[in-house]
Amino acid sequence: MTALHGDINAGLRKRVATLGKPRKATYIVLAIFVLGSLFPFYWSFLVASRDNGMLTERIPPFVPGGNFFANAARVFDTVPFWKALANSIIVSGTVTLTTVLFSSLAGFAFAKLRFRGRNGLFVFIVVTLAVPTQLGIIPLFIAMSELGWAGHLQAVIVPNLVTAFGVFWMRQYTVDALPYELIEAARVDGCSMIRIFWNVCLPAVRPAAAILAMFTFMMSWNDFLWPLVVLDAGNPTVQVALEKLQSGYYVDYSLVLAGTTLATIPILIVFVLLGRQIVAGIMQGAVKG
Amino acid sequence: MTVIDKIAPEGSKAGERVSPRPTFRHRLSRWDVKVSPYLYVAPFFIVFGIVGLFPLLYTAYVSLFKWKAGDDNPDFIGLDNYKDLFGDSQFWNALTNTISIFLLSSVPQLIIAMMLAALLGARLRGATGWRVGILLPYAASLVSIGIIFANLFGPKYGLINGVLQTIGLDPIDWQASRFGSHVAIAIMVNWRWTGYNALIVLAAMQAIPKELHEAALIDGAGMWRRFFNVTLPLLKPTLIFVTITSTIGGLQIFTEPKLFDAMPGSNNGGSSNQFQTVTLYLYQSAFENYSLGYASAIAWVLFLIIILIALVNFFLTGKLTRTPAVKVKKK
Repeated sequence: MTALHGDINAGLRKRVATLGKPRKATYIVLAIFVLGSLFPFYWSFLVASRDNGMLTERIPPFVPGGNFFANAARVFDTVPFWKALANSIIVSGTVTLTTVLFSSLAGFAFAKLRFRGRNGLFVFIVVTLAVPTQLGIIPLFIAMSELGWAGHLQAVIVPNLVTAFGVFWMRQYTVDALPYELIEAARVDGCSMIRIFWNVCLPAVRPAAAILAMFTFMMSWNDFLWPLVVLDAGNPTVQVALEKLQSGYYVDYSLVLAGTTLATIPILIVFVLLGRQIVAGIMQGAVKG
Repeated sequence: MTVIDKIAPEGSKAGERVSPRPTFRHRLSRWDVKVSPYLYVAPFFIVFGIVGLFPLLYTAYVSLFKWKAGDDNPDFIGLDNYKDLFGDSQFWNALTNTISIFLLSSVPQLIIAMMLAALLGARLRGATGWRVGILLPYAASLVSIGIIFANLFGPKYGLINGVLQTIGLDPIDWQASRFGSHVAIAIMVNWRWTGYNALIVLAAMQAIPKELHEAALIDGAGMWRRFFNVTLPLLKPTLIFVTITSTIGGLQIFTEPKLFDAMPGSNNGGSSNQFQTVTLYLYQSAFENYSLGYASAIAWVLFLIIILIALVNFFLTGKLTRTPAVKVKKK
């Protein structure tokens, strides 16, 4: 901009300087959106902390009552919620671990190793990003029944061991994050490929792996259609248990919304602790993808 | 990388006798270099082959049978399932609902996301806090959202109707009316995804060099001209990326309508299927009516529709994938 200050007037120069400076209205509109984002969570907690009498009022009071723990206790009595929580942790934990490991391995190979068919295989992975594999649930269900896996956790874990998105994401990051010199130095020292991956590549791509882990965990935690199809009410994940709480002729909302509050708290905690990284992950993914 | 296979492995130090035939270790190392890449990419292809590609192809096969769940000898009926499907008013109803909900959710969502991105792009105090705040709905599971919004939109005691009545408007039966239910479900979708998409658009906006805006301002372009002539053209690849991903996700919408009305008989898209989507119809056909063949035909038709729409989007962007990636500046 320095070349211009001779021929632009002061007013214009000031406008250029204030370009991108927020006005009060900006904060007000954003605050409204943040409140709108928070409201359903708060509402869920509000109903869960009172009894169903509150819902018969046209505009109910917006202060929480004292029944939350009683309602939460009823959740554990009505559905096997402890079991559901444990199942969800096992499923999401395993899926996250394997997805990050296999995606990092494949990302390393696609980014840094030379092999026949590399480009073709990578293009194939990018194309599969657009394939709605969810629509294959019928044969998958038939196969799981034949294997005797229906109703068991491995039926939910195995299909999600690694994703196209994970491989794509790790490859994009590894390209820039891992210099060839490091790999060659390790080779000279006599490292095998797998040791190079473990000792050189993994430490270099840790930030991307952490973001992938976060998103994989959330995605797996929230997964619904396939667990609903293949698991039964006695051995559910959290999402399936919630659905069972809700369905029926009479929906006891204090109970059901106590359930959703309980199910949301772990993810909300993750959000509060790792919000900055989650935002950064989404924004990086957007520009790289 | 070709250098690597020429580098001698640990054993053969300089000064040692160079053997005419490669040592065992040398051969092992060459083998390692050659085979490892395939081993590393194999897990994806194995998993995708078994649980992605094979089921999709096998779905086509199942769709040619009159196949009831548990039936060991299904009858081959050729394309009859597809013939039935095209004459099935419930299928057309589901397809119309899906597209209606998709349009009601994607169009406003994209516009609001761009607006939010513009606001978030200002030099805000506490920028990260605002971004996390906007993204919060992304933390909720679809099941939780379905339950919470079913309550908020409840026809008798729901808060939304309470507010409408308090300000003197007529309550709307969000569950029984076709259009009302589509609007309510679209609001759920928008609530969860608008902030997420706003961040994606924001990332693309920040990659636009500031000088372009300054130059346009000096040339006398106002806020709107700058938006339509500078920002929008440069956002095109990102907007198309967002459109494609929301097409693929949106046309498979299942969880929100599944939970929107919990009454038995209504939880597959309303008592008269007024908000039944294609994936819900697929679910109902396969896992409640046990018609696996017919449900497979639904899956394949939906699959083709999704691919078709995604391809249209892809060709619209030309060679989007070859545009060099621009990087976000890290702090």
